[in-house]
Amino acid sequence: MSSPVRIAKHATRPDWVSTRNPCKACAPLGATLVMRGIRGALPFLHGSQGCATYMRRYIISHFREPMDIATSGFSEATTIFGGKANLHQGLGNVTSQYHPTLIGIATTCLTETIGEDMHGLLHEYRAKTAEAKETPVLVHVSTPAFSGTHMDGFHDAVRAVVMQLAEAGASPSAYVSSFVNIFPGLVSAEDLRFLKEVAADFEIPVTLFPDYSETLDGPSMEKYEKIPEGGTTIEALRATPSAKATIEFGRTLRAKTTAAAFLQDRFEVPAKRIGMPMGVKESDVFFAAMEKITGRETPEKYRQERGRLVDAYVDGHKYLFGKRAIVIGDEDLVVGLASFLAETGVVPVLCASGGKSGALKHAIAEVTTHLREPITVRDGVDFMTIAEEIELKDLKPDFVIGTSKAAKLARALGVPLLRVGFPIHDRIGGQRILHLGYRGAQHLFDLIVNTLLEIKQDSSSIGYSYL
Amino acid sequence: MADILRERERQVYRKGQQQTFQLDCEKQSVAGSVSQRACVFCGSRVVLYPIADALHIVHGPIGCASYTWDIRGALSSGPELHRLSFSTDLQEMDVVQGGEKKLYAALCELIDEHKPKAAFIYATCIVGVIGDDVDAVCKRVGMEKGIPVLSVHSEGFKGTKKDGYRAACDALLQLVGTGPTEDISPLSINILGDFNLAGETWMIRDYYSRMGVQVVSCITGDGRIDEIRRAHGAALNVVQCSGSMTYLAKSMEEKYGIPSLRVSYFGVEDMSKSLYDVARHFKDKEMLQRTQVMVREELQRILPQLAAYRKVLEGKRAAIYVGGAFKAFSLVSALRHLGMTTVMVGSQTGNKDDYEQLRELCDEGTIIADDSNPLELSSFLEEKDVDVFIGGVKERPIAYKLGIGFCDHNHERKEALAGFEGMLNFAKEVYGSVMSPVWRLTPRKRGSALEVVK
Repeated sequence: MSSPVRIAKHATRPDWVSTRNPCKACAPLGATLVMRGIRGALPFLHGSQGCATYMRRYIISHFREPMDIATSGFSEATTIFGGKANLHQGLGNVTSQYHPTLIGIATTCLTETIGEDMHGLLHEYRAKTAEAKETPVLVHVSTPAFSGTHMDGFHDAVRAVVMQLAEAGASPSAYVSSFVNIFPGLVSAEDLRFLKEVAADFEIPVTLFPDYSETLDGPSMEKYEKIPEGGTTIEALRATPSAKATIEFGRTLRAKTTAAAFLQDRFEVPAKRIGMPMGVKESDVFFAAMEKITGRETPEKYRQERGRLVDAYVDGHKYLFGKRAIVIGDEDLVVGLASFLAETGVVPVLCASGGKSGALKHAIAEVTTHLREPITVRDGVDFMTIAEEIELKDLKPDFVIGTSKAAKLARALGVPLLRVGFPIHDRIGGQRILHLGYRGAQHLFDLIVNTLLEIKQDSSSIGYSYL
Repeated sequence: MADILRERERQVYRKGQQQTFQLDCEKQSVAGSVSQRACVFCGSRVVLYPIADALHIVHGPIGCASYTWDIRGALSSGPELHRLSFSTDLQEMDVVQGGEKKLYAALCELIDEHKPKAAFIYATCIVGVIGDDVDAVCKRVGMEKGIPVLSVHSEGFKGTKKDGYRAACDALLQLVGTGPTEDISPLSINILGDFNLAGETWMIRDYYSRMGVQVVSCITGDGRIDEIRRAHGAALNVVQCSGSMTYLAKSMEEKYGIPSLRVSYFGVEDMSKSLYDVARHFKDKEMLQRTQVMVREELQRILPQLAAYRKVLEGKRAAIYVGGAFKAFSLVSALRHLGMTTVMVGSQTGNKDDYEQLRELCDEGTIIADDSNPLELSSFLEEKDVDVFIGGVKERPIAYKLGIGFCDHNHERKEALAGFEGMLNFAKEVYGSVMSPVWRLTPRKRGSALEVVK
């Protein structure tokens, strides 16, 4: 595969009206992931039956875990006369079947277009069922699928849940007086477990939200759990205004009113917005933030991890220097990857995302200041546009790093795809990839170096025994 | 025992326990029931998906296109346009101002770029609500570009998956009858309702060609527009996926006088019977002889191997939950051939006749369910202590979470399960699923598996 592979015919044509091989999913999907990260909660979509089923399928194929999403299941009559009856019936049925402590409702393109009044409908339902045996907490988020991507749905759901549950002066539990909120964005189940480990090692209780580390990566069971164990508790979500501080990950979130921003504005909880802690520098920022909030030094364990990582960077620098990577995924993951790659000597020649926060270019520039080579940043793009960009600029990548949706592109380019982020539909264990911290970077670094060494070895007639 | 929603009580039946057989079906899913079904769009999309030289463009916000990108293992021997995902990706302003202009521009640029033989435009939920006249846009682009540009009215909320099948057939019916039929033999068929998953249509085509039957078109496995256009020249429609294709077959019978035959390519009995039925239909002695020779050859090859699997699988219990009930009939027989009992069977879209047929086919105590959901299915698996569950991607984690074997008999399968060779593949997969040593470690199967694996 050494000859240049032509992958697009019209590299010079700038503007396509259509979206061709999308690099994004729709907003409600992100919201369902967030709702799945609340203890005892069931995600619920107000819209057509198909939305729930398609999103279940998409999420199941990544996590390889059950993912039940309920729906009000619109019919033609519902669309004409409004979804009240279906919504109320659906909520009732879900309550009697699943016994949830919370139902997390997200809208869809259909219900947003016909203008369903969610506040009103849920208010009526609460009033109607006030005396019922079971009255799960109802939270809802507006996720019009014609606006933004699954990441917007994700962040908007985090904010909506925090806003709707926050109570001044509430405490996450009787034993906790001082704690930190961490809103990490869309990370893997392993990343979530890592963040809880870090907080435990800093000896500070954490409200990590969402937390699907167990609900979407659970053990083999003898009995089917209607709603799997795990997730952020409602008590903890009520108490977010009492935290010492909030850390949220995402350099591209600046255009958004996030949950952390809300808690700062409304309850004066200091908000620390940092990049995804990927690689040495961005992880340093995270550990510094933890030190500041807790007043403790970073535990020795992490200092050692950092030391080993830098040592590995040295061991592998010759293999990576000047290598050219195409980075594709959700915006904040792309920024984290770009920061990490750039500090190892890899040039992230194209950083691309289906998301369009408007902040990607600036964020990439912030984390790659020492690079001499130009970096192309494209937001709001699809995979065919990415392919055209690669050909137009003759980017000659050595590898692609991103979601499994980039597999066709990598194949056409004849270079390896290193799978990270969400979704990973063609490999097992996407939920167990550790991206964050020095440890996550170590894992990714070894993977990248060894992938390139394997190519070197396999494509050489010599058959090296030492590399 | 399963905790079944009151509204759904009549959609679950246990053979032998109720006197009269009444199973409600073909109903809209109950709100909040977490149905395994998708929607109208899904029905249209899966049926038309394998047509490889057509442009498939989803008109609506991005989700529907994202979730169906390269979703089916429907192989093509030539072009692969069907494996790309195209969408008008409607934005807020389009919702306010209407999406017709965007659809027109998207269609023109994509047709110019990819030079398809036809284009299918799937209207999703909000398209009708915002008032787009998709038909008018299609007509205009069709005239300008000189190819059939067909609207598929698949707004998700306008019924069930079955209504989507019908919308897909309506689009196909606009193509059928527009191509030349001069060189078509009187011994010719259309293969309806096979989608060439893992190359299955190719195997079936090969059987027919060995019998001396001309295949005019496959609708829609490895499908081609020009073939579909001349499908009306075939002497017989051979219909497998009856749920999706009966409407097309009936319409073609009314319009072109083409009779149809219902078949199934799953399992040795059904596979053999299907080929014999086709041969008998043509009342051609030589063809019947050729068919006998071929079936005998195939059976001689695979029956000894199947017998070896049967020795180990005898007495194991299976559950089945599939989209269309037609497939369930064949699966029950195929499993029986392997010595296995079906203790639970259900489908998303079965009708009264389907379920009656299933009831006759199944043993006492078998649970039959229409439009089931994860809570019911998991409780059936637990109650019946199932060894292997057969379904699709959404059913897989239910089985796996409970430490129960699973076989994908849906879009994503990578091994052909149809035909004689497919039955062998199926047996291999069931064997590999039931006999894996991992069940020795799962909480549910620990112990019982130990007895088996000596």
